[in-house]
Amino acid sequence: MSEPLSSQFVNLLAALLLLLAFAMLSQRRVLTLIKLLAWQGAALAASTAIVAYATGQMHLYFSAGLTLVLKVILIPWVLHRLIDRLYIRWDVETLINIPTTMLTGIGLAIFAFSLATPISQMASTITRSTLGIALATVLLSFLMMIVRRKAVPQVIGFLAMENGLFFAATSATYGMPLVVELGVALDVLVGTFIFGIFFFHIREQFDSLDIRHMEKLRED
Amino acid sequence: MDSPSLLAASLAASIAWLAIGLLGLIPARESALARRVLFPLGALAGLALAAFGAQAAWLPSASLVLPLGLPDLPFHLRLDPLAGFFLLLLGSVSAGVSVYAAGYFRSESAGRLGLICLQYHVFLASMAFVILADDAYLFMVAWETMALSSYFLVTTDHRLPAIRSAGFLYLMIAHLGALAILLAFGVMHGGEGDYSFDALRAANLSPFWATVAFLLAFFGFGAKAGMIPLHAWLPEAHPAAPSPVSALMSGVMIKTAIYGMVRVTYDLIGGVRWEWGMLVLVVGAGTTLFGVLYALVQHDLKRLLAYHSVENIGIILLGLGMSMVFFGFGHPAAGALGLIAALYHTFNHAVFKGLLFLGAGSILHSTGIRDLNAMGGLIRKMPIVAFYFLVGALAISALPPLNGFVSEWLMFQTALQAPLLENGVVRSLIPLFAATLALAGALTAMCFVKVYGIAFLGQPRERHGAPPAAAEHAGTDAGPMERLGLAWLAAGCFVLGLFPASMLLTLNRVGASLTGSGLSDEALESSWLWLVPTEPAKASYSPIIFLLVVVAVVLITIRLVRLVYHGRVRVADPWDCGFPEQTTRMQDTADAFGQAIGRVFGPIYLTKRHLPAAEDAAPKYSLRIEDRHWHWVYLPVARLTEFLSEKVAWLQRGRISTYLLYSFLTLIGLLVFVR
Amino acid sequence: MDQAPGIALQLLQSILVVSAAPLVLGWVNMCRAWLQNRSAPSIRLPYYTLVKLFHKDAVIASTTSPIFRVTPYVLFGCMWLAAGIVPVLATDLPFAPAADIIALVGLFATARVFAALAAMDTGTSFGGLGARREMLVGFLAEPAMLMTLFTAAFISGSTQLTTIVESLAHREFAIYPSLAFAAVAFLMVLLAENARIPVDNPATHLELTMLHEAMILEYSARHLALVEWAAAIKLVVYMTIGFALFAPWGIAEAGDWGAMPLALAALAGKLALAGAGLALIETFLAKMRLFLVSEFLSGAFLLAVLGMLTHFLVRG
Repeated sequence: MSEPLSSQFVNLLAALLLLLAFAMLSQRRVLTLIKLLAWQGAALAASTAIVAYATGQMHLYFSAGLTLVLKVILIPWVLHRLIDRLYIRWDVETLINIPTTMLTGIGLAIFAFSLATPISQMASTITRSTLGIALATVLLSFLMMIVRRKAVPQVIGFLAMENGLFFAATSATYGMPLVVELGVALDVLVGTFIFGIFFFHIREQFDSLDIRHMEKLRED
Repeated sequence: MDSPSLLAASLAASIAWLAIGLLGLIPARESALARRVLFPLGALAGLALAAFGAQAAWLPSASLVLPLGLPDLPFHLRLDPLAGFFLLLLGSVSAGVSVYAAGYFRSESAGRLGLICLQYHVFLASMAFVILADDAYLFMVAWETMALSSYFLVTTDHRLPAIRSAGFLYLMIAHLGALAILLAFGVMHGGEGDYSFDALRAANLSPFWATVAFLLAFFGFGAKAGMIPLHAWLPEAHPAAPSPVSALMSGVMIKTAIYGMVRVTYDLIGGVRWEWGMLVLVVGAGTTLFGVLYALVQHDLKRLLAYHSVENIGIILLGLGMSMVFFGFGHPAAGALGLIAALYHTFNHAVFKGLLFLGAGSILHSTGIRDLNAMGGLIRKMPIVAFYFLVGALAISALPPLNGFVSEWLMFQTALQAPLLENGVVRSLIPLFAATLALAGALTAMCFVKVYGIAFLGQPRERHGAPPAAAEHAGTDAGPMERLGLAWLAAGCFVLGLFPASMLLTLNRVGASLTGSGLSDEALESSWLWLVPTEPAKASYSPIIFLLVVVAVVLITIRLVRLVYHGRVRVADPWDCGFPEQTTRMQDTADAFGQAIGRVFGPIYLTKRHLPAAEDAAPKYSLRIEDRHWHWVYLPVARLTEFLSEKVAWLQRGRISTYLLYSFLTLIGLLVFVR
Repeated sequence: MDQAPGIALQLLQSILVVSAAPLVLGWVNMCRAWLQNRSAPSIRLPYYTLVKLFHKDAVIASTTSPIFRVTPYVLFGCMWLAAGIVPVLATDLPFAPAADIIALVGLFATARVFAALAAMDTGTSFGGLGARREMLVGFLAEPAMLMTLFTAAFISGSTQLTTIVESLAHREFAIYPSLAFAAVAFLMVLLAENARIPVDNPATHLELTMLHEAMILEYSARHLALVEWAAAIKLVVYMTIGFALFAPWGIAEAGDWGAMPLALAALAGKLALAGAGLALIETFLAKMRLFLVSEFLSGAFLLAVLGMLTHFLVRG
């Protein structure tokens, strides 16, 4: 109980991040997925801001603001536009059934936790105990990309993975240098746009966003 | 009595069983002798054995060398608290079953009954000797006698091919297991001394060989206990055997395998490692879930109960595994708690599963059916069996205040000691195993709602246009001897459930004698009313207060409602939401319950379903659910064996001189080898 | 040991919960009516219904056995005991050590099994259907509940609800992320176990959607009254378990009689809030398909397990 309040809040937000990662893993609807992604971004921004407040590192305030603008407002808005234009507000399918996916997810979480425990003992930041959660979020998002069949949820999985990486960076070393962060943010934004353009091309080609059709592109 | 005389008395009781068995062979024109005298005598011997065992659990161990056996290799016997506890289990459960059997076999012919009597009592005696054995040789002799006598009991109705093949499967897996146990003893022996357990204890094994010995023993005993993937014989053999035999096999015999596991792991090998515990936990969790999920989709009552035996073995393994993990990490108090929970559940399962199999036997005897889909409304035909079966069903569903709940509660308490562990992964996995246990408990409750609701409640079901089978035959409740046997085991469910503290102390003594460590002093100081595994502020449970409050409220409410309002009752046809034309075919069947589970856990089952099409002239529906292990493990092994046998068959030439040549070559080879 | 004040408190608490349970139900119904722009029924309506039912002649189906007639009393007895175990007002209850959280879950399971058996006892199509569905919900809700409670047990190092409350309420304030997970899981279990939307609709008798109502179709008069009353107590007990785990502020410490009025006020406030919240949830959500319930509840189960894992990691 000796931990400062700010650290407890970060722990809480970290737990929320993990919760959202699991929620995304089990969610079938594209629309809800986008909302969850926005919430994840919000939790990330809040936790970054708290770390910034607790440690007095100004550049973290900046990256918190960047996260807020980019991941809570801009990218979800782009994705909303995208699914409106593509007419895909329908259910997404999953490859494996949801309980199995969730159980795999729990296994991954345990793996991540066990992996992070020795590392977090070396770190000296106030947020070190959340490293495992960050790692788990990355792995879970990866899992989500693997099990999804449709292109849009895959991109959402990719963005969630980026969230996890960002959180890992914050919790392990109080964030990356500002230049790197800016660069990554820009990459993500541009990436989202490019994905959006690609979706239109994919659909034009196959009349569907089901990525199994890409298997046809293989040379026999 | 002091412990040496207790050992002698236990030996005498076991020999008495053998003698009773032999008396069964006396040719008699009527089966009255065996029924009226021999089986009740066997029950008395069982009671005596239980009493000796209960005392022995509190005394130091005693050993005895019999002037029997091979030269240089006499039979060693030993009675220590662990053996005492298992004798208590064997004696008390078999007493109930024997009394029941005296009534159950009333329609057998005299000759057949004599044979059954012999096999039955040899079976009992061999189990007693397994528990009392103090050298590997006697242990294996008793173990194989147990396997053989139970094989003959399983194939009592050997004219049916299905029963013959069930018996064959049982015998094969039993021998596979025995082979592994034999090898385990060989490894433990380490090449020095004789094969008495003292020598095995003293042998100093390297960690590698200790692990090999453990794995062999775990596999061997696991085959007898029915853990996956070696469980296949259980759902075949239990329905094939006569019900008292099923009760003994499921209640007691598979517990001797648990005895063997505990004896070998904690006592003979010693130095328990946590990795072993994790293996046991994983297998246990798999066995638990597999058992209960397959039980849920069965509609043959005895098969269903057999799958529940698989499940309960899994639960016991979960307890043992947790105990090993805690011991391995050096937390003896938590480890002792796990061991106690596992042993407690062993006893509990023996009692309620015995009771349930006997209840199933009464149904079978009275109606001639095992198929749940053809039952219904039996509570009106056989109210007494219905009551005892309800006790068993509530107990196995782990509902307080009966006995099944106590041991599961203790297991949860063990799992809650997980924060003690240093290893992060193991620490997070232990609660997951507890979650498995919770899931299995709830599924068991669902399964027994199904069993009880369909067999005893509701209306008799008709089948394929035929009149309800149950209604036609059922007219008789169980006879007096059968009732006595059922009542004895049902009372066991209550006693073990309501007075757990004394049992806890006994088991603590057993655990302490094996591992040298027991529960905390605070736990032991609590009174008989409270069950306290660690300390009172952390956890406690009092089944008596629990029961008293509920019963008091029930009685007061009944009284008050009558006093303040009235007790008027009218009897009418069921309303059923106003639907007209109710027939008994509209009730849920056993398969209906299974279907819901099949939807949720679909991939676990191998389901073959045939649905009728809309325009079928004679619509037929069929559903078969198969065990995936057959296709994953057994059939490949069988095919491999067949393939190898075909290759080896090349050797079979049919000429004596060729065979002599083989022997000659072998001899030469051996001579070269030992040169 | 001087047990008299403790036993008095014990009785007082049980009677309070048992008698106030219909009031809470009335309050939930009132809130829901408001939220749905209907004119609300009186908050005392559940009491009137109970009295009306007690006055009627009981009609028993001819196909039933004694189990059917005993079950309402068993349900009532189980819930009464549960109401006596949970620390609602104060933590020094003499009966509380008789059952810890695991036994409490077992108690609810006993009640559920008896209810399902009674439903099967009627031998009607709806009875079996209701029993089967109820057990389907139960087998997932029960482990989820246990795992939720385990999270709290790991934090406080005890499975006694009184000890849990003492350690959570009267210690230095700390945020437990694992409890956040557990709270969400608990809410899901609460909805499922008490037959509320989105798992079940307490206001419907539409055959395809009934769960709990299908089980009690054949009950009438005093038996129905007791079943309904028991259901109301169950709801309140679940709410108070939730308070004990996630919002234990205000529950009086052992022997502190002066804090009792405050505890009572806190309880009333929390119950009012929880009831309004429940009505809100029931208004916003729609009932889900039966086979989505298993997904809903396995979600709850996994959440609770995650909560436990998070506890191990964050508190390491």
